[in-house]
Amino acid sequence: MKILVTAKRVEDPESKIKVKPDGSGIVQEGLKYKINPFDEIGVEEGLRLVAKHQGEVVVVSIGGKEVQEQLRHALAMGAHRAVWVNHTGPLDQLGIAGLLQKVVEKEKPDMVILGKQSIDDDQNQVGQYLAEFLGWGQATFASKVESLESEQEKNKVPALVVGADGKTVRVVREVDNGLATLECQLPAIVTTDLRLNQPRYASLPGIMKAKSKPIEELTPAKLGVDVTPAIQVLKMSAPPARKAGIKVADVPALVEKLHNEAKVV
Amino acid sequence: MPIVLIIAEQQPDGHLRKATFNAIGAGKQLADKAGGELHVALVGKDPGKVADELKGYGAKAVHVGAAPELEHYLAETYAPALATLAQELKADYVGMASTAQGKDLMPRLAARLRAAMATDVMAFNGGGADVTFSRPMWAGNVFAEVKLTTPVKVFTLRATEFTAAQGGQGAAEVKTFTPKVEASKTKFVDFKEVKSARPELTEARVVVSGGRGTKGDFKEIEALADELGAAVGASRAVCDAGWVPNDLQVGQTGKVVAPALYIAAGISGAIQHLAGMKSSKTIVAINKDPEAPIFQVADYGIVADLFKVLPELRAELGKLK
Repeated sequence: MKILVTAKRVEDPESKIKVKPDGSGIVQEGLKYKINPFDEIGVEEGLRLVAKHQGEVVVVSIGGKEVQEQLRHALAMGAHRAVWVNHTGPLDQLGIAGLLQKVVEKEKPDMVILGKQSIDDDQNQVGQYLAEFLGWGQATFASKVESLESEQEKNKVPALVVGADGKTVRVVREVDNGLATLECQLPAIVTTDLRLNQPRYASLPGIMKAKSKPIEELTPAKLGVDVTPAIQVLKMSAPPARKAGIKVADVPALVEKLHNEAKVV
Repeated sequence: MPIVLIIAEQQPDGHLRKATFNAIGAGKQLADKAGGELHVALVGKDPGKVADELKGYGAKAVHVGAAPELEHYLAETYAPALATLAQELKADYVGMASTAQGKDLMPRLAARLRAAMATDVMAFNGGGADVTFSRPMWAGNVFAEVKLTTPVKVFTLRATEFTAAQGGQGAAEVKTFTPKVEASKTKFVDFKEVKSARPELTEARVVVSGGRGTKGDFKEIEALADELGAAVGASRAVCDAGWVPNDLQVGQTGKVVAPALYIAAGISGAIQHLAGMKSSKTIVAINKDPEAPIFQVADYGIVADLFKVLPELRAELGKLK
């Protein structure tokens, strides 16, 4: 089975994001970059599925030449080869889904696994757009029933269950008030939630091997996609700061404040 | 005249989800700013009964589409059903609350309408044809002012940022329509509800949350929650560890809450957790580590062991009654 996974380049989730004084964007200096954590979970799930069912994991990223770092990271984890859509400049979710659609039509995977959202834009849209563009089924926010400290997780059992005939995938989804289970005909789109798996670390031999794995370069022009954005970010600002609070000495003092000052109890 | 279409949501038990009324309140705001009118849509197997409940909330019309194929919610069947309605109404704006269903459905619907979309909208700005959307990025560390340039504009709404619409605003006309039914490549298998006697996390007036500091022992968290009639929340770390169900997770990647009182016990305050609760009106932090980032957003902090503080707090609160 062939699985296409995504690897968006995003700011390290631990880094402090600050808005530029003129509101035109965020301060780039001193930031570290990583693979989007949700995408990394997608890479891991793809690797587990292929370990169980044979096949190949192809990783795709869109951006300038710096996104090759994220592609190499996924290759070092064990992905077999990479597709790099070389594009600099603004891109919105319609554009991203349009580019991925063309890559999917070229690669013809059985499944595409994407992060449910990227931790920069936090839009949570691309998987669903892509599913509609392709006319495929979608199972978003894939999760697993067991905890991330369970035996299944330690043994790297995939949480997505492919049917015996290889034509369907069963996905448990995190929804409001519980867990919903769907069965999608393949090919299908799956997006990952945090509790799907614990991504592996790249091993040293993995990192060495990744250096010689192929990265195919494409461009929006080659794929025939107009990526003029329809979403314009006019201005960015820092969220309003909360006024500084106080530390109270003990519980009676806390209750007094909550009762008489905040008036919430 | 611009048309604003808000999608209502039924819970698995058939009742309307509370966030629907916040979304209608937001839709009314948008309609006023854009100089347009508000419409509400509800689709399902037999939505007629609850559709009547939507009449008095200030919409021009409530559109009800019934089909047996729509018994279980699936993005693949709901998107075409709602897209045809949006097209018939010539809707300019199509929105829904940022619930799990809203997040799953709206991008697929937007793709069908060839529309750009804004997720987790917190406010509308400007007016007339130039309405813009305010939304969070980078886990709420940045607020962005966003303009969508496609003819149809799709969005989901962060329900906690909008006041729920109030009833008694005259009766909207209830119109039925025949939803477009398409074969789905996806089959609903089952839904396992996590039942709780406590209020829903996103709807509670008070939330008591536990983090790593609980070491997985939520008894005191739950006891305090029950004393206060509160919902129980948790940080990502304790959900990942499997100590509590993941649907208790508060944070950018979990639930976003904004209760009148948020009590964080044994939670250090990672950026992603803060993004999910810092709009709360009053925040209390209980943590052994005086340097924990949670104290930077807390109105009242106590540096102490939660297992000492929580029982005492429960007893003191009991005295107020």
